[in-house]
Amino acid sequence: MSGKEYRTITDVKGPLVFLNKTEPVAFGEIVTIRLSDGSIKNGQVLDTSDDLVIVQVFEGTAKINRESGVTFMGDVFKLPVSTELVGRILDGAGRPRDGGPAIVAEENADIIGAAINPYSRQSPHDFIQTGISAIDCCTTLVRGQKLPIFSASGLPHNDIALQIARQAKLKGSDEEFIVVFCAMGITAEEYNFFRSDLERTGALENAVLFVNLADDPAVERIITPRLALTAAEYLAFEKDYHVLVIYTDMTNYCDALRQIGAAREEVPGRRGYPGYMYTDLAMLYERAGIVKGKKGSITQFPILTMPGDDITHPIPDLSGYITEGQIVISRELHQQGIYPPINVLPSLSRLMGSCIGEKTTREDHKSVSDQMYAAYAQGRELRGLVAIVGEDALNERDKQLLDFSGIFEDKFLRQTRDEDRSIDETLDLCWNLMSSIDTKYLVRLDQKWIEKYHPDNKE
Amino acid sequence: MSNEGVIYRISGPVVTATGMNAAMYDVVRVGHEGLMGEVIELHGEKAVIQVYEDTSGIRPGEPVLNTEETLSVSLGPGLLTQIYDGIQRPLATLEEVMGVFITRGVDADAFDLEKKWTFEAVVGKGDELASGQVIGHVQETETIVHKIMVPPGKSGKVKSIKSGDFNVTQTVCTLDDGTELQMMQKWPVRSPRPYRQKYAPDTPLVTGMRILDFLFPLAKGGAAGIPGPFGSGKTVTQQSLAKYSDAQLVVYIGCGERGNEMTEVLDEFPHLIDPNTGKPLMNRTVMIANTSNMPVAAREASVYTGITIAEYFRDMGYDVALMADSTSRWAEAMREISSRLEEMPGEEGYPAYLSSRIAEFYERAGRVETLNGDDGSVTVIGAVSPPGGDISEPVSQGTLRIVKVFWGLDAGLARQRHFPAINWLNSYSLYPQSLDQWFRDNIAQDFPEIRTQVSGLLQIESELQEIVQLVGSDALPVDQQLTLEVARMIREFFLQQNGFHEVDAYCDINLQYKMAKAILSFQESAKSAMASGAQLNDVVNVQSRTDLMRGRFEKGYVDDIDDMVKKMTAEIAGTVEGN
Repeated sequence: MSGKEYRTITDVKGPLVFLNKTEPVAFGEIVTIRLSDGSIKNGQVLDTSDDLVIVQVFEGTAKINRESGVTFMGDVFKLPVSTELVGRILDGAGRPRDGGPAIVAEENADIIGAAINPYSRQSPHDFIQTGISAIDCCTTLVRGQKLPIFSASGLPHNDIALQIARQAKLKGSDEEFIVVFCAMGITAEEYNFFRSDLERTGALENAVLFVNLADDPAVERIITPRLALTAAEYLAFEKDYHVLVIYTDMTNYCDALRQIGAAREEVPGRRGYPGYMYTDLAMLYERAGIVKGKKGSITQFPILTMPGDDITHPIPDLSGYITEGQIVISRELHQQGIYPPINVLPSLSRLMGSCIGEKTTREDHKSVSDQMYAAYAQGRELRGLVAIVGEDALNERDKQLLDFSGIFEDKFLRQTRDEDRSIDETLDLCWNLMSSIDTKYLVRLDQKWIEKYHPDNKE
Repeated sequence: MSNEGVIYRISGPVVTATGMNAAMYDVVRVGHEGLMGEVIELHGEKAVIQVYEDTSGIRPGEPVLNTEETLSVSLGPGLLTQIYDGIQRPLATLEEVMGVFITRGVDADAFDLEKKWTFEAVVGKGDELASGQVIGHVQETETIVHKIMVPPGKSGKVKSIKSGDFNVTQTVCTLDDGTELQMMQKWPVRSPRPYRQKYAPDTPLVTGMRILDFLFPLAKGGAAGIPGPFGSGKTVTQQSLAKYSDAQLVVYIGCGERGNEMTEVLDEFPHLIDPNTGKPLMNRTVMIANTSNMPVAAREASVYTGITIAEYFRDMGYDVALMADSTSRWAEAMREISSRLEEMPGEEGYPAYLSSRIAEFYERAGRVETLNGDDGSVTVIGAVSPPGGDISEPVSQGTLRIVKVFWGLDAGLARQRHFPAINWLNSYSLYPQSLDQWFRDNIAQDFPEIRTQVSGLLQIESELQEIVQLVGSDALPVDQQLTLEVARMIREFFLQQNGFHEVDAYCDINLQYKMAKAILSFQESAKSAMASGAQLNDVVNVQSRTDLMRGRFEKGYVDDIDDMVKKMTAEIAGTVEGN
């Protein structure tokens, strides 16, 4: 389309610019705004009509005035993609941040992304070994899954995400993941932590980073994850890579969404977040999966911090309704000095059933996982009772379960930041720990597995 | 004014057109690509349109064409085993046309218009036909006979009719007034299909899930709501119902849910066998999958598409069950559109008409006398996803006001891995009164009484548990300890059910009754043994009771259970010292 420049801005409000009298502008079209000092800002059309166009400006509206020139680029937002992306660091709007050259596009991909036809999806079933016992045993990750970490401020979710990125592999395979890392509004310190860790382990060469930091424009955060996922889709579905997308922090993304909603004077939903937040989040999370006829896959690890540790807050709540489970980080465990402080009780992997068992992990996995979970849940519950009636009031079974809950946290959950346990090690560890409980109380274990795996039955 | 206008404004899925002659709910084609949309508001010259596809890249000034039809579904042979999106485009066809990603501007017929079906006329020349009357049969799948009916509003004397192989658009019957009837008919989704009258439901929809059939039964033609927070098993429950309920046809709507979950259903269903007919489950199923990232307006339409298809099969005299997972996503789609229209919001940003829309939807359930005098029903089971699991929110409340059955899922039970995680203390069904006669006649005379005893025990348990929380169970008198033990048996042996186990996933209603009786007879014999001096511990730990409980995972349990109960009774009697 023409490069005609309009100077018809009427209003500027928060991240939004309103202008009138333009040629017909497409919904979603990309816009550049030239300021009087010659600098350029980018934006996107949010609302368009014969009389009025509303533009959302990614870099913030500072210095925009009625004299600023607005050019419509005639196209929707696209990301130049090619395999050159791998190993690069880009900013939140997709420009190089590492001093390297611009990406030479093999193709330009629409960043909104089309929905995958549910009929064309393939059910995920490949077990990903993360080397973290709590995840591998209790909330098993599957290739093509979207499994968020529900954390809160001050908890080591970043360490866990990095450990997963470092250690994740298919059982019995050296095939590595390409990590697409998407930072939204995190601090420079956190970013440096991620980057230096990826550099240290050499993972940076196999990663693409999209970085929007806390002092970068908030509105840019709306597109950052879309860029990351567009890159991921290209690498997975065009280039056959297995891609692991880590994005942090979804809470900042949602806050940016709220900011735009407020500027547009939309009717807010719960806690001021827009009513379409569910759909909006789904447009991100649902870009995970495996499709028929393509070799690659996208696995997503979104990290979100629950405001006030509240799991019913709209952000974790809506996420939980879309994602295939969640890994919940517990402040209580963290304060006891346990790493990784994963509370397995509210954690869940919905796809676990499809990827565990004889062919993929081990025949006793399901049984062991159920029993570990049940025994720990009962043990934790007994702690409450003990606080009231004292330990002496417990019967033998309850005493053993109570003790087990401590062992579970200390021996099973706890591991070091570079400890990479194989699934066999994890399951053997489970059997060792469960042997502290009398076998007759282990009702969820199949008799045949007890005979085969229980330490008493092994010499 | 003509039926062609131009786009004036675009705001997400909402487009405004001017210069077009439009009526409410007319279907329009928007832009050069011809995206499908529906008129939802009129302001003078301007028509506000909700568009069922992504609107990025569309500009003001592009044409809008009014088809002057309302949003309709195609009804006829070929519906069964199909998987549609929210506006009845078959997903398989979309894959052929556009590949794995859903792009836009593609139109697809709801089913193969060329396929020949064998039509067998059941009326003859000269017969007087009324609306809704069956004129012929088509064996659509192994289990389902598709009855071809005179569309509502049409009637007359048959001039000619022929049996043979036809496709759905060929005329099979001509009336005296020249009206030609084909096997395919269309019906606007937002209007309920007509029927003669509604009956009171009197037959249960047997689901094979013990807690549902036994404690909180749903009637054929009834409506049920399943609210629950995420991770509590709504989808698994809905899927179990789709698999095992004894409806003759199932319409399953995946409305704004997860893509991978939908894929699981799509992968699994074709391999499953219907326990009631022994034939593949897909033969009786129509699926609608509009996942959360597919266009929001099509999500809004998906529940209407589904229920219209369900009503159509009801009109043939079938018992149809419709599962909508999840109605909250449907409500959110309404909210999203409403907010784009800048309507004054009601509670939590939902439009003020939310509760009336919910009520209208559930009212389309019911057991009816069809236009042709048959007896058919549509049972609606809607999942609700309340934010934070708090059912005081508008969608849950709007649903509870209208449904008669409430199956409340509980995050706490799910966390204890008690599945189905339906809370037996706050769930309810208002149908037992109308269904008890059926249970007495078909299962056992004392069925309702057994149910009352079982639910009574659970109630007592919850009271005792409060005491146990404070003082521990050892402090209770032995008879109350026994009550706790019996209640535990009800929970673990009866209410818990493994939806993925090949035997346990479906429990015959007769077996349900026997299992409940087995629990009560344990209570009886334990009581009398303890009265004669037996120890609670000995009574509880008899091997035959463990065998009885484990037996439910074995095939042939229904035949063995009586013997197992006898054995248990004998062994418990043996625990009395001196015997």
